[in-house]
Amino acid sequence: MIELSLPIAFLHSFTGAFDFILHQREAQTRFVQVGGLGQVWELTRTHLEVSGLALAGSLALALPVGAALGHRGRGEMFAIGLGNAGRAVPELAVIAFLVAFIGIGLRNVVLALMVLGIPPILTNTFVAVKQVDRDAVGAARGIGMRETQILTRIELPLAVPTIMSGVRTAAINIVATATIAPLAGVLTLGDFILSRNVYGDQGVLAGAILVALLALIVELSLAGVQWLLTPRGLALQRERAAA
Amino acid sequence: MIPVIAATVKVMLPLAQLPSNFVHHHSTTTCVAENRFFCADWAAHNFDRYVDPALKQALLVSVSVAVGFTVAMGLALLSHRQPKLAPTFTGLTGVLYTVPSVAFFFLLLPITGFGTDTAVIALSAYTLQIIYRNIVAGLANVPEEAKDAGRGMGMSQRDLLWRVELPLAVPEIVAGLRVATVSTVALATLAFFAGAGGLGQQIYSDLTFKTNIIIAGGLAMLMAILFDLVLLVIQRLATPWLRAGAS
Repeated sequence: MIELSLPIAFLHSFTGAFDFILHQREAQTRFVQVGGLGQVWELTRTHLEVSGLALAGSLALALPVGAALGHRGRGEMFAIGLGNAGRAVPELAVIAFLVAFIGIGLRNVVLALMVLGIPPILTNTFVAVKQVDRDAVGAARGIGMRETQILTRIELPLAVPTIMSGVRTAAINIVATATIAPLAGVLTLGDFILSRNVYGDQGVLAGAILVALLALIVELSLAGVQWLLTPRGLALQRERAAA
Repeated sequence: MIPVIAATVKVMLPLAQLPSNFVHHHSTTTCVAENRFFCADWAAHNFDRYVDPALKQALLVSVSVAVGFTVAMGLALLSHRQPKLAPTFTGLTGVLYTVPSVAFFFLLLPITGFGTDTAVIALSAYTLQIIYRNIVAGLANVPEEAKDAGRGMGMSQRDLLWRVELPLAVPEIVAGLRVATVSTVALATLAFFAGAGGLGQQIYSDLTFKTNIIIAGGLAMLMAILFDLVLLVIQRLATPWLRAGAS
C-alpha cells in the first residue's frame, strides 16, 4: 500500500501544479485570483526581460574587454582571476547585497545579475581569442589586414564555440538567479516559488516546473545561436576531429 | 554627534555604577539601528551564530561533490569503454546543469521531502556535467605514446586505465573538481530552500541588515577559496611527477 501511495501522491502534486498553470484560482490569502496562463505569461515576460537585459549588458561589457585583452595577449591574471572569483560569488548574497546596500527594483536587479554574467563571458572570450591559431593571424596580417579586421574577421569567428560556452554559462547563471529576484522586488517566475503563502504548494511546484522549462528553452536557443554563428569550416574541422 | 556623546559619558561618569560595557553597548545598538556599513562590535558578539551554518554548508558541499564525483567517474569510465554512450551522458548531465538549483530543490520536494537529502541530490546533479566533461577530456588527452609504453610493458586494459590513463588525467580531473566545488559552495547558499540550512539561511533571515550580508556572504566566498586551495594541494600531492619534471 505504501509503495502505491507514494507515486500517486507524487502524480497528484504534479497534476495540481499543471492545473495551477492552466487555470486561475483564489489565492491562499483570499480575495485575489492567482495562477492561470495570464499570470504565468506576465511573470515569464518579466523573467525574460530582466534576464535578457542582464545578458545583453554583460555581453556589451565583457565581450569587447575580453576580446581586446585576448588579442593583445595581456591581462591574463585579470581575465582568468575574474572568472574564478565570479564562480565563488553566491547568487543569494548578490541579491541580498542589492537589497541591503543599493536598493530594489528592475534596474538594480539587472546590474546585480550582470555581476554573475560578466565573468564567464569575459574569461571565455579572452581564452578563446588568445588561443586562436597564430598561423591564421599571421596569414591575415600577411595579406594586409588591419588589427581590427584581424580581430573581427579571423579571431572572433574562430573563437565562437568557446565564447558561446561562456555566454551559455552566463545565461544559465542569470536565468537561475532571476528566480530569486522577487526578493529584490522584481516579480519573476520565482515569485510562485518564494510566496508559498499566496500560491500554495501547487503554485510552488508550478513555479519550479516553469523555471526549469524556461532555463532549458533559453539554453537550447543559445545552442542554436552557437550553431548559426560557428563558421562552417570550423564546424567541419571539429566533426572530423571527433570522428 | 554620537561619538561626542559617548566620549562625554565616558569622561563624565567614570565612577557611576554603570555596566562596564554601557558605552560600547550603546554604540553597537546605534550602529545596528542605523544599519551602517559594517558593525564590527555586533559582528564580534554575534559571530557564533554563523559558525554552525558555515560548518553545515561545508559538510553539504563535501558530500555533494563526493557523490557527484563518484557518479561522474562512473559515467566517464562507462563512456570511455563504450564511446557511443558519450553523447547521451553529455546531454543528460547538460540538462541537469541547466535546471536552476532553486527549481530543482522544489521539483524534488514532493519526491524526496524537505531536508538535506534533497539538497545533496540537486547539488551533486549540478556538479556532474563539469566533472564528467573534465574526466573525459583528461582521459582523451593522455598521450598515445604513454599508452603504448604501458601496453608494451604487458599491461591489461584495466591496468592501463588505473596506472597510466587516470593518473595522467589527474590535473584535468582536479581542475573540473575545483570548478565544480567552488560553484557548489556558492549554490549551497540556496540549499536552505530545500531544508538543508547553511549560510543562506542566515542571509535570508535578515536581507536588509548590512553587517549580516557581509559576514554570511564573505564566509561563503572564503569557504569557496579554502576548498579551492585544499583541492590544489591534493592535486600537487597526486601528481609528484609534474613537479619533478619542472625542477
